[in-house]
Amino acid sequence: MHKITISGFGGQGVLSLGKFISYSAIEQNLNTSWLPSYGPEMRGGTANCSVIYSDEEIAAPVIDHPDILIAFNEPSLDKFENSVKEGGIIIINSDIVHKKTTRKDVKFYEVPVDTLASAINKRGANVYMLGVLLPIFGGEISEEAAIHAVEHVFESKPKVIPSNIECLKAGIEYMKKNLK
Amino acid sequence: MKKLWKGNEAIAEAAVAAGCRYFFGYPITPQNEIPEYLSWRLPEVGGAFIQAESEVSAINMVYGAAAAGARAMTSSSSPGISLKQEGISYIAGAELPCVIVNMMRSGPGLGGIQPAQGDYFQATKGGGHGDYHPIVYAPSTIQEFVDITYNAFDTADKYRTPVMIIGDGMLGQMMEPAEIPPMKDTTSIFQKYNKDEWAACGHSDGKPRIINSLRIEPDENEEFNIRLFKKYEEITKNETRAEEYQLSDAEYVFVAYGSVARICKAAVVELRAQGIKAGLIRPITLYPYPTEVIASAAKSAHVKKFITVEMSMGQMVEDVRLAVNGLKPVEFYGRCGGNVMMPTDLVKYVKEGK
Repeated sequence: MHKITISGFGGQGVLSLGKFISYSAIEQNLNTSWLPSYGPEMRGGTANCSVIYSDEEIAAPVIDHPDILIAFNEPSLDKFENSVKEGGIIIINSDIVHKKTTRKDVKFYEVPVDTLASAINKRGANVYMLGVLLPIFGGEISEEAAIHAVEHVFESKPKVIPSNIECLKAGIEYMKKNLK
Repeated sequence: MKKLWKGNEAIAEAAVAAGCRYFFGYPITPQNEIPEYLSWRLPEVGGAFIQAESEVSAINMVYGAAAAGARAMTSSSSPGISLKQEGISYIAGAELPCVIVNMMRSGPGLGGIQPAQGDYFQATKGGGHGDYHPIVYAPSTIQEFVDITYNAFDTADKYRTPVMIIGDGMLGQMMEPAEIPPMKDTTSIFQKYNKDEWAACGHSDGKPRIINSLRIEPDENEEFNIRLFKKYEEITKNETRAEEYQLSDAEYVFVAYGSVARICKAAVVELRAQGIKAGLIRPITLYPYPTEVIASAAKSAHVKKFITVEMSMGQMVEDVRLAVNGLKPVEFYGRCGGNVMMPTDLVKYVKEGK
């Protein structure tokens, strides 16, 4: 079970990363909820979503204390870092966020996800980040489930599926090496 | 098979599966995915979608389609639902079946677009003028939205009454796994609900059929009102629904509906983990209201107090007080304006009494 807050600028794939996690969770026969921020703040401003997966019934889809925060920009880190559960995880997109967390009681990962993904697929950063998450999830969501989720989301654009799966696998390998 | 569905889109597909073939609406956030989905989906199944020039127009198109015997629907969000109230009253007065969805946002006035529950009074106490109530459902998960929408058209046809399904921006926008039941056979609906006895469908036995809500003679109109309320008694007897969660030994009982009930459920789990016996009563129908469930909990010795939780300044709490009838304290915890309470807020409230 994980409660994940994903936040960044509109257009960074924040909402779709959340959907990838939920689709993967379904492929794994887990319960899941995906709750987006909505409204005018999405255009050019910040977007965030709350994603939960669990093998039990999910009561509240809102998250007050995520155990994982993924910050794609600095305002997101500022806004949410204090809400992260003690002992939780903060991941930043270090291509864009050039500061560290002030929290001492969390695991902090700086992932230059735009740079890493663009070597494979310029638009693959969120799928790369999905890959980064899988080792953190500790096997609760399998690589196969995530691949099925990618295939499902890009069903109407089959051409982009192979490079996205490559991004996913590269993300998994990256985090296997860097997992704290 | 379970698929990941956005709340609004799941409602739309469940309506199609239920045999709804006509949708009339006007855009407003946060329910836009319902008309957006039906705009392409209804033509696929031989139905029709119309974006009307206003909400007033849309609800009167529903009136017309329902009068002709069709399964018709509209959806909107709070300010748009206000505009539809005259039409809803006319539909209740003409005893026509239809389904109305309200994905509530914050008010009053134009308010904001974030989740709220400030339309409880409007939904359950009539909303429009005159003595009437729509049947009001308040699902709390996407699957429950699907199941209730799927059955709402049957309930509307059975009692010839408008049915309202209320949610909020959170439930409309979020995604969750849900399964859409199989398509209903639309060819048998007319006969099953004896629509050929009353619908103005233009090819009956040649006798004119007048469907309206004008009853100018006081005796005639009083008789109609009495008959309408006999129907509501029957609806109350047959259709009242509520979920009881961890109630059997609960000392602190939350009463909440829709998305807020889920937040209360999470608070119950947390409180029990800390050794505090909390429980939840979740009305699924807001009209008819599950008064008996609450009244019987109020008589239980283990129940110390009720805490009604709403995204409003306190509306349903009045019905909880009526049901509890002074037997136990009834407190209120609310957030409004589009703000949502967190489970930890409720845990703190129960533990510290604030």
